[in-house]
Amino acid sequence: MDTDPLLAVSDLHAGYGETEVLHGVDLAVGKGEIVAVLGSNGVGKSTLNRTISGVLRAKRGSIRFAGHAIEQEKPPKIVMRGLIHVPEGRCVFPNLSVRDNLDLGSYRRARDHRQQNRDGVFGIFPRLAERQSQSAGSLSGGEQQMLAIGRGLMAEPILLILDEPSLGLSPLLVEELFALIQRINQQGIALLLVEQNVVQSLEVAHRAYILENGSVVLNGASDQLRSDPNLKRAYLGL
Amino acid sequence: MLSPAILIPAIINGLLIGAIYALIALGLTLIYGVLHIINFAHGALLSAALFAAFFAFRLLGLDPYVSVFLLAPAFFTLGYVLQRFIIGPASHGDDRNMLLVTLGLAVIIENALLYAFRADTRTIDVPYAFQTINLGFTFLAVPRVVGFCAVFAVAFALWVIMTFTDTGRAIRAVAKEKLGAQLAGIDVAHVYAVTFGLGTACVAIAACLLIPTYYVNPRVGDAFVLVAFTIVVLGGMGSVPGALVGALLIGVAESLSGLFLGESLGQIGIFLIFIVVLLVRPSGLFGARA
Ligand SMILES: Nc1ncnc2c1ncn2[C@@H]1O[C@H](COP(=O)(O)OP(=O)(O)O)[C@@H](O)[C@H]1O
Ligand SMILES: [Mg+2]
Repeated sequence: MDTDPLLAVSDLHAGYGETEVLHGVDLAVGKGEIVAVLGSNGVGKSTLNRTISGVLRAKRGSIRFAGHAIEQEKPPKIVMRGLIHVPEGRCVFPNLSVRDNLDLGSYRRARDHRQQNRDGVFGIFPRLAERQSQSAGSLSGGEQQMLAIGRGLMAEPILLILDEPSLGLSPLLVEELFALIQRINQQGIALLLVEQNVVQSLEVAHRAYILENGSVVLNGASDQLRSDPNLKRAYLGL
Repeated sequence: MLSPAILIPAIINGLLIGAIYALIALGLTLIYGVLHIINFAHGALLSAALFAAFFAFRLLGLDPYVSVFLLAPAFFTLGYVLQRFIIGPASHGDDRNMLLVTLGLAVIIENALLYAFRADTRTIDVPYAFQTINLGFTFLAVPRVVGFCAVFAVAFALWVIMTFTDTGRAIRAVAKEKLGAQLAGIDVAHVYAVTFGLGTACVAIAACLLIPTYYVNPRVGDAFVLVAFTIVVLGGMGSVPGALVGALLIGVAESLSGLFLGESLGQIGIFLIFIVVLLVRPSGLFGARA
């Protein structure tokens, strides 16, 4: 049992209405691992995340998390299990204060540790502490990304899914973000990092999957993928 | 005619009437703000609540100011159940369908009331119905003063819930960012139902405050909800402070135009204010500008 991966997705089909976007995706994340899912715009990365976190129902296939089949479960249950999804576009609550945004991160899980975890998040992001009573809608894009990640951390995730966290950040902030991802991972949190930023993602991730048109076309250890001629040509522009 | 001795009492009376409108509008705007639908069943639920208060008095001998403590939770539960198990599921995942379902619900409730109680108008007799408080320059009707205080107590309680509880935070979160809320583990269907329940509880409280001096029949709720809807648009769709301020304004407008134009034309003032505000501020007094 203990050798099972933390998250195991197999033969996953999903989409919107009649349209199928994912055509049989297989993917696994081990305990404490950073796994990157890379691919260009529109290949189905966010659809994969939404299906894993239960916002979108799988049409076929299985999703197992920490030994449980979760493909039929609803988001509250999945959050309770410790699988937390920080969505693309941040989705912070613009009308709520920074502090209330964080507190809702522990709506379903780790509520008893709310204050302590909030202090922890403020320790990581001092900017959020300074702005804790401001409304989240008044934050800059970078600060909103920090808040979205902070809200995810409030639930004491076992697996944290980050969907394009570097989108719209300045190069300096992107640098900080990837350092942060490693810091989060050092606390024992597994990460599924969805990115278009291939170079930096392969630097922090242990393994990676390349998604094209709803299917995994390539996967392996990051070191190995970095030197893969196909990947170099398609994504690294070499 | 413009002497303060007449004007000031009329304004005070308008504020007292406006408070009841505020409560009905509060329920409507709360539901609109979170579910983004106009609850067409609001008027029918108000009629139903007035009947409930009426029969609590007639059959159980419960004064409306006592039965409110039973009817508010009962109607909260009713609203919760209606949204969770009828309106929500019947909408098949498309929130816009909820509007149509509430319309259907309104028809069903009103006809059920008509069938059960006919179109007769009923009233209750309570000893304080005509009691007044003497302010020296004017007299205030006791039931209206009670209503005014109760409405502000309810508004304060709602503010506390919205600001300091996780349920309130979750309601505000769902109102503006549904996906983010789902991913935080908030059960959106539950939050919708709680919101609908709170809106329906507001209606029940309003019914208990109205029944001592008002009457009930199966259609009576609609007239109030028309005014309440005007208030919601006036105050800014979905805005709670907007509903409160808008309702007081409308109450005063009704009272003053009743004074100048005669009782029967009192409601003209409401629509004059409505048109003027919307010409100047199309998004309402407290509405976000588009
Ligand atoms: N809510 C939606 N309804 C219908 N189609 C969608 C929706 N979201 C995404 N799609 C479609 O699904 C495909 C994959 O989108 P997405 O998963 O967002 O890709 P990525 O995250 O890799 O950019 C795209 O063709 C997109 O147009
Ligand atoms: Mg995406």
